Amino acid sequence: MAIFYILLVFMVIAAIVAVETKDLLSSVICVGAIGFGGSVMFLFLHAPDIAITQIAVEVLALIILIRATISRDLTLISGDREFFGTVVSVAVLLVVFLAGVKVFETLPEFGTPVFTQAADAPSATYVEKGLKDTGAANIVAAVILDYRGYDTLGEATVLFTSVLGALAILRSRTRKRLEEPDA
Amino acid sequence: MKGMTLIVKTISGWVKVLVFLFGINVILFGHLTPGGGFAGGVILASSYVLLMLAFGREFVEKNLPIPWASRLDCLGASLFALIAILGIVYGGSFFVNFLYQRYLPGKALNLVSAGTIPLSNIAIGLKVGASLFLAIFALSVFHKDFRREGQTRDSAGKED
Repeated sequence: MAIFYILLVFMVIAAIVAVETKDLLSSVICVGAIGFGGSVMFLFLHAPDIAITQIAVEVLALIILIRATISRDLTLISGDREFFGTVVSVAVLLVVFLAGVKVFETLPEFGTPVFTQAADAPSATYVEKGLKDTGAANIVAAVILDYRGYDTLGEATVLFTSVLGALAILRSRTRKRLEEPDA
Repeated sequence: MKGMTLIVKTISGWVKVLVFLFGINVILFGHLTPGGGFAGGVILASSYVLLMLAFGREFVEKNLPIPWASRLDCLGASLFALIAILGIVYGGSFFVNFLYQRYLPGKALNLVSAGTIPLSNIAIGLKVGASLFLAIFALSVFHKDFRREGQTRDSAGKED
């Protein structure tokens, strides 16, 4: 249990450094450290599927962010925060924090599955009948591709649409052609 | 010289193959071991990102042309939808695991088991890998474009 507190403190420190530092590159690397801490946490919670996905996406995003950061001329953040914005952010965070405390009181203890508290939770069915219903040894694959196939279809659609949007907005050829005079 | 130094190019030429094979392994064994279509697809895309960083964008564009990447993307998406629709035809409802329930039960913990789940994993892996590759490619093209617009008009015509 102590390992989770150590990781949590590590992630909180990394998050504070990422927000407070003036150097963009250190900020990006601190964001990577937060993701890495989360990935190790998933590993200790016996969720290797999520740990693999987390670390792969994290590494990819980190490389892209570092590359985007170091090839800019300006890597230092300057300027102060507005007073009004700070006050509003702190107030909103406080409300979210108080609501979160209320919500977390209803959850089971950290690290224990939900179906120990709610007997009719669907996760109990997945764990009991997953292998018999789908034949997949990896229960996560059984859930995301068989029981919850619609979710995966939606996720694939979101990715498809986002790439379509990125290519449509960021491609250069059409924009160049539009910039040229018509005559 | 485009890209990084010769050392980086040589090493990444070898490592790229290992990363690619690991991605394929994660996808194919997604129904048995941790991993699956999404994680494997991200690993496949990251092998191409490694090539892009080491050799430059033009090399990657020659290796996997953008129209082909976009076709792989559409192929993965339509394969996944096709598996779902075949569930209506053969199993009675959308997304039913008809292969496992009727035609090919297989044995648990074997590679050929779990019916449509490995096929869906392959489709998702193709889709995620090609999508992320395309997204990163679009970002890098945009980045170059953005820098060029920031410069003066005279140097814009020069090939960089």
